[in-house]
Amino acid sequence: MIPAPFEYKRAGSAEEAISLIGQHGDDAKFLAGGHSLIPLMKLRLAQPTVLVDIGRVKDLSYVKDAGDHVAIGALTRHMDVEKSSVLKQHVPLLAHAASHVGDSQVRHRGTIGGSIAHADPASDLPATTLALGATYVVQGPKGKREIAAKDFFKGFLESALAADEMLVEIKVPKMKGGWSFQKFNRRAQDWAIVGVAAWRNNGTSGVALVNMGSTPVLASSVSKALSSGASIADAAALAAEEAEPQSDLNASAEYRQHLARVLVRRALEEASK
Amino acid sequence: MSITQERETTVIGQRLLRREDPALLTGEAKYTNDLVIPGALHLAVLRSPYAHARIKSIDVSDAASMPGVVAVYTGRDLHPVWAAPMPCAWPVTTDMKNPAHFPLAIDKACYVGDGVAAVLATSESASRDALDAIDVVYEPLRAVIDLEDALSDKTIIHESLGTNKSYTWPLKVEAKEGAIDEAFKNAAFTVSERYVQQRLLPMAMEPRAVAAVPQPFGGDITLYSATQVPHILKVMTAITLGIPEHQVRVVAPAVGGGFGSKLNVYAEELLCVALARKHGAPVRWVEERTENTQATIHGRGQIQHIELAADANGKLTAIRVRLIGDMGAYLQLVTPGVPILGAFLYAGVYDLPQAYDFACTSVFTNMTPTDAYRGAGRPEATYAIEVAMDALARKMKIDPFELRKRNYIKKEQFFDANGVQVGYTAFHGLNYDSGDHLTAAQKAAKIADYDGVRKQQAKQNVAGATKRIGIGMTSYFEMCGLAPSRVLASLNYGAGGWESATVRVLPTSKVQVVTGTSPHGQGHETSWAMIAAEKLGVAPEDVDVLHSDTAVAPLGLDTYGSRSLAVGGVAIAGACDKVIDKARSIAAHQLECAAEDLEFTKGVFSVKGSPDKAVPLAAIAFAAFTAHNLPDGVEPNLEAQYTHDPKNFSWPFGTHMCVVEVDTETGKVDVLKYVAVDDCGNQINPLIVEGQVHGGVVQGLAQALYEEAVYDSDGNLKTSNLAEYLVPAACDVPPITTDFTVTPSTTNQLGVKGIGEAGTIGAAPTVMNAVIDALSGLGITQLDMPASPNNVWNAINKARGGKQ
Repeated sequence: MIPAPFEYKRAGSAEEAISLIGQHGDDAKFLAGGHSLIPLMKLRLAQPTVLVDIGRVKDLSYVKDAGDHVAIGALTRHMDVEKSSVLKQHVPLLAHAASHVGDSQVRHRGTIGGSIAHADPASDLPATTLALGATYVVQGPKGKREIAAKDFFKGFLESALAADEMLVEIKVPKMKGGWSFQKFNRRAQDWAIVGVAAWRNNGTSGVALVNMGSTPVLASSVSKALSSGASIADAAALAAEEAEPQSDLNASAEYRQHLARVLVRRALEEASK
Repeated sequence: MSITQERETTVIGQRLLRREDPALLTGEAKYTNDLVIPGALHLAVLRSPYAHARIKSIDVSDAASMPGVVAVYTGRDLHPVWAAPMPCAWPVTTDMKNPAHFPLAIDKACYVGDGVAAVLATSESASRDALDAIDVVYEPLRAVIDLEDALSDKTIIHESLGTNKSYTWPLKVEAKEGAIDEAFKNAAFTVSERYVQQRLLPMAMEPRAVAAVPQPFGGDITLYSATQVPHILKVMTAITLGIPEHQVRVVAPAVGGGFGSKLNVYAEELLCVALARKHGAPVRWVEERTENTQATIHGRGQIQHIELAADANGKLTAIRVRLIGDMGAYLQLVTPGVPILGAFLYAGVYDLPQAYDFACTSVFTNMTPTDAYRGAGRPEATYAIEVAMDALARKMKIDPFELRKRNYIKKEQFFDANGVQVGYTAFHGLNYDSGDHLTAAQKAAKIADYDGVRKQQAKQNVAGATKRIGIGMTSYFEMCGLAPSRVLASLNYGAGGWESATVRVLPTSKVQVVTGTSPHGQGHETSWAMIAAEKLGVAPEDVDVLHSDTAVAPLGLDTYGSRSLAVGGVAIAGACDKVIDKARSIAAHQLECAAEDLEFTKGVFSVKGSPDKAVPLAAIAFAAFTAHNLPDGVEPNLEAQYTHDPKNFSWPFGTHMCVVEVDTETGKVDVLKYVAVDDCGNQINPLIVEGQVHGGVVQGLAQALYEEAVYDSDGNLKTSNLAEYLVPAACDVPPITTDFTVTPSTTNQLGVKGIGEAGTIGAAPTVMNAVIDALSGLGITQLDMPASPNNVWNAINKARGGKQ
């Protein structure tokens, strides 16, 4: 449980953080809440030589009503996402999903930006923001750019972020209609074996899957079927179309596909109530 | 005596809060790794990444030159240090094979986690970093992971033994030769079942930690260790290192759980002592969680074949059991004895005639050694008989509770024709001193609403139902309170089973109890103070309990096997009796009467019939201290030591029931209700008893639903952290209702029995019987543990004719 040696730098601002990461290249890593990175370092599965701590960059922790969307600072802790009255009113699915992340200690330390940038397909918030059609604002040495959630996740723990870029804000469109978050696991506080974030409003819908492949998966076939009038059961049968799940100790790939179909059906039923 | 005496107690039976808890809950308790030891060197152990590999060469030169590194040792370097290999205290048969096992492997690594080199450094991080710089060349060999493959001897792990088989231990009892075969031939019903007791990781919250501190004078050494067994560890350290025993002191500071995993003598304890002596400096080590999963013993690990023969009414006529026990790579302290502890319980609570045929064959594998884990052999036995009883009931198409009722040993059978409670002597010769199975089972059935659940089940479990309910039960007998020394002798165990206590009344009348038990979460300080307070008529808060330090409590056999109360607690009562006897002679002297004329009530000696002629124990204690006026021949001070060697095991029993709902779409099992009715005789502190049942039930339920040490075919442990190895957390625990019947033990003066393992023994078969009961309508009659959602879904799929 002792990480390999590393250098520790603390950034006071986003600009300083980006400059520090630029100086140290590929072996440097941002440290936010530390709930994904530190365990990997303790197991020596990750051995960055420099950590740039952005945990005290104050102006990146906020939830703001920005008209047609809600803007969330990347360093907003899960607990603040869960409790935000703006989100509860305009994006209740995200606030609810945040309440399912890990346990209370994790939610008080971990950040939404850290979780998304880590790009773990088993995490709840990458898939949830994907289902909601979020846009991620990233900042590099040359300024800011926006990446749609559907273009962000490139592979297992891999994202469209360049080595010297930092996720600074998550823009989530305000939602209407019904929604559901289904998290299937063996122990209440584990990562999902399979999770589903879904919303439905008139003819439109968004369905994304947790832990159903190397990235969070947008189940577009389901939404397409629903918009062309398919029944919930028929649409849910397509839940695993885009997924390429792995087998692990908790679930075979085949079982995961089955679970995805069952859970998407249950999610759509709940979202349609 | 035909008159039943009502028990009059003032302290025993109260729900006193545990005096241990404030320090534990506020973080004030000092665990081994909390000790501040100036100048200590840190040990780190390099562990084999291969399950089975020859060690071709080890180059430590880079590691040795790293900053902070004091020394690096290989197994070969340290071989001359050991006076004897690591101990196995239980050679269950005279021809048992036991490979020499040293703290660091020398030629061959035999499991992933086997130590191959050791680093000493001035800091923990320096010791850890240096491990990465040690260059070991291995020649990987085929790993033996499967028990049946191990038995085939296709690959032999310890070449010098010539086989992977360690021993075969039989227990065959039949009225006349051929009776068992006859019974199976004539049986109206038989079942033949195969169960797998998966390996479990004990996962104490505090991992192991060790600090060996040489004393400045006299060559003595103090070994601090997160151990359940400081006394056994002291003896074994002396033997293994060739140190005179009186120069070794072992202290177990606050210990955060053990469940049997700290009932051992481990490589790191011996390494710390050896290197502390070699370097003349304190050496300490703390286990990482992943090391804990690999280098601390595992539990269970058996394949069980059980066959039952029954007559047309379902009355059992014979039982046959064949076990294969997974020893792992080496024999640790009591590894081979664990399956044998269960051998006496495969007939459970049932009235079996002399027709019992048990044999256990145990094999070496390339996995972490197994050893005692909460229940040790007895949960496995109870699982086999109780799940097989349900299978028999299904075969007979009768209710499983009804089948049990037809087979329970009846209450009357514990009494002779004159109504004297003589106990029930079972087919194997052991005497169950007390029991009333039907009463406990009926109580459980009432609380669980057994009949109501059956009715609801008939309504709910219709074809196509996606939520099916099931109810399961287990009636158990536990053989604990380890153990009568003569019985241990007959099992070839290397020590006795007694326990020692010293009770001392100080001049100011405060009391010290010194116990040889070694608590690590059980609340002995609270309970032992209550026993002494009850006996001596003082307040529990005036009693201090000293333990877990061989300098303070030199005699003892420690804590495991639900023995602490039934052996150690009874020893305290015996020591109190001796103190009272001595005080009585002093009181008689002071009151100028005969000792026989005095009665002792609530801390006061008074002359029978003249209550005003009285003297309190406190005054006697002071008189014994001043020694100004003692009777001739009486030594000063009020202190007595007593060693209790139990006449019999203690035999707790009870019935557990549980109701589950299975989601047939996902395979997920929800435990809706769990009811435990246990009988541990008289209870010293019901609050602690209930806590023990809760913890035990959760641990047994965890085997049924969550936990499994999973190895791949190369012998890598896939569940080597707490994200992969699923220990249920508080929010995963279902509602548990505890209740009790009280049938006092007749073999000890407190009438007590053990309770530490009962929950674990009852829970796994109860939950599995409930799950199978829920699914039996789908044609599912067997299910391996853990009943994980994926496993349950596979079974449902298979039963429906789909592929798995």
